[in-house]
Amino acid sequence: MNWITNYVRPRINSIFSRREVPENLWTKCDECGQMLFHRELAENLNVCTNCGHHMHISPRKRFEALFDGGVFGKVAVPAPLADPLHFRDQKKYPDRMKAAQKGTGEEEAMLVAEGEIGRTPIVAAAQDFSFMGGSMGMYVGNAIIAAAERAVATHRPLILFSAAGGARMQEGILSLMQMPRTTVAVQMLKEAGLPYIVVLTHPTTGGVTASYAMLGDVQIAEPNALICFAGPRVIEQTIRETLPDGFQRAEYLLDHGMLDRVTPRTKLREELITITRMLMGLPPAVLADLPPPAPTESDAEPAQPVMDPAEKSAEPAPVVPPVKS
Amino acid sequence: MTNYLDFEKPLAEIEGKAEELRALARQSEGMDVEDEAKALDKKAADMLADMYKSLTPWRKCQVARHPDRPHCRDYIDALFTEFTPLAGDRNFADDLAVMGGMARLGDRPVVLIGHEKGHDTKSRIERNFGMARPEGYRKAVRLMQLADRFNLPVITLVDTAGAYPGKGAEERGQSEAIARSTEACLSIGVPLVSVIIGEGGSGGAVAFASANRVAMLEHSVYSVISPEGCASILWKDSEKMREAAEALRLTAQDLTKLGVCDRIIPEPLGGAHRARPDTITRVGTVIEEMLGELSGMSRKDLIANRRRKFLDIGSKGLAA
Repeated sequence: MNWITNYVRPRINSIFSRREVPENLWTKCDECGQMLFHRELAENLNVCTNCGHHMHISPRKRFEALFDGGVFGKVAVPAPLADPLHFRDQKKYPDRMKAAQKGTGEEEAMLVAEGEIGRTPIVAAAQDFSFMGGSMGMYVGNAIIAAAERAVATHRPLILFSAAGGARMQEGILSLMQMPRTTVAVQMLKEAGLPYIVVLTHPTTGGVTASYAMLGDVQIAEPNALICFAGPRVIEQTIRETLPDGFQRAEYLLDHGMLDRVTPRTKLREELITITRMLMGLPPAVLADLPPPAPTESDAEPAQPVMDPAEKSAEPAPVVPPVKS
Repeated sequence: MTNYLDFEKPLAEIEGKAEELRALARQSEGMDVEDEAKALDKKAADMLADMYKSLTPWRKCQVARHPDRPHCRDYIDALFTEFTPLAGDRNFADDLAVMGGMARLGDRPVVLIGHEKGHDTKSRIERNFGMARPEGYRKAVRLMQLADRFNLPVITLVDTAGAYPGKGAEERGQSEAIARSTEACLSIGVPLVSVIIGEGGSGGAVAFASANRVAMLEHSVYSVISPEGCASILWKDSEKMREAAEALRLTAQDLTKLGVCDRIIPEPLGGAHRARPDTITRVGTVIEEMLGELSGMSRKDLIANRRRKFLDIGSKGLAA
């Protein structure tokens, strides 16, 4: 550790990495191999514009696309005990955590937010597969409980996007205990008469599938998502039998009656608005509600009385839609 | 004929020698070996006590899986009367990996649910080695709801390596079935007590053990994943199961510190399989005591108590 390693080398590296930027503008679809322009891919919510393959999307990016105008407030999650078992495999658990935090820029594997979708107030929680495989530990359990409590307190539906390899082994039995804990959270919503909608994304497996991810009032999955309890490799090793094509994929589960719907990510927002509004007894969403009103419109009608925002959220006033032919 | 575990090999040798000596003496008259044999017995007893005084987590896993350990069926036969099995999930099949039905504990009618591993090749295959399919969990849900309607306490005996990982089980919704079983545990307005009698294997165990009170036999284990599974994922080597068992904190002693296990039921020296009737009686006493603690609680309080218990888990670490 000296001046050269601390200062000079990073500077040199940054000059070199800057040169690589043009190459980073493209992503290759892991399904069809098509080269995709970054911005276009992001605009299409990380769904391949060529073959429709759904790639990973971070909770933050998902929320930016989901909530009206990309605006949402973070719901605070009580921090659990760090490394309760002093777990150590080839690496120490706190070291793995730090690496995941650095890699994702997030605190943990779940993000909870509140905001409006199509002027419908909701609470949403999304699991981050890039954070230690989205694994369910005490934080994720706390996040789901916080989301449910917030939904009950504000009388909003909860929409949960699941993505996880399962329970977080580094928290041992305490990760397993998130199965009953999150089930209690789901029960809170049911008792309050609030909708709980689960969107299963690739992959959702293990203890996550066997608890909150399968207890939704409506179960939606993204196309081709792997959804299972035991993964295909485990099954092949156990029963020594090759598994059918598409086994444990969203469409396969739909065929076997385990899901309500399989919906592409680009259509999800609209569908979630429709479903939550029906379940919440709200009038249909109006098309013109979706984009934020243009500033010229409000300037043109200064005579309109300003509505109390509280009244507005109770029953959104439909803006007259521009009639589409 | 005792089944010895690998770490019990030295013990097997000494006990074998004593046995041989006695056999020899029976054949040749006038040969007095009793003193020698007794010395060997003493040595074996000391060794056994020493071995079991501080079993490593991995050895506990082995004891918990011992083929001669009393299983669900043995507890039902010994502790309950009028056992009336109730079968089927009303959808697809009856899963023999899960035993369930009504019975009397003393005079008191109860509903019983437990994993059964089987005791010989035939029954093990029949019982699918205690690994339940969705039908098993759906049968359990049905029985818990029955208990709830008729105000009968529920007793669950947990002993499974985990839920069965098979093609059919997945197609019929293994994960949903487990989730519903856990949900049923947390919603019934009757006392629910659970004893981990051998292996508490992950989701397959939690689906029965989301109870008001959870007791564990001294050498039973309860874990999110098997040590072998954990070793092959985190160590990339399934032979590192000793290290994984250590790291996972899956023993009754560690789980008590973590607030997951409410009480430990001591096992006879050398493990439950060496004194089966004694073990079963001890388990029976603890079940009675746990039900006693819950008697008189209202339906609402029982549900609230159970939820509070799980919401609070994790608030203290190992040090507490």
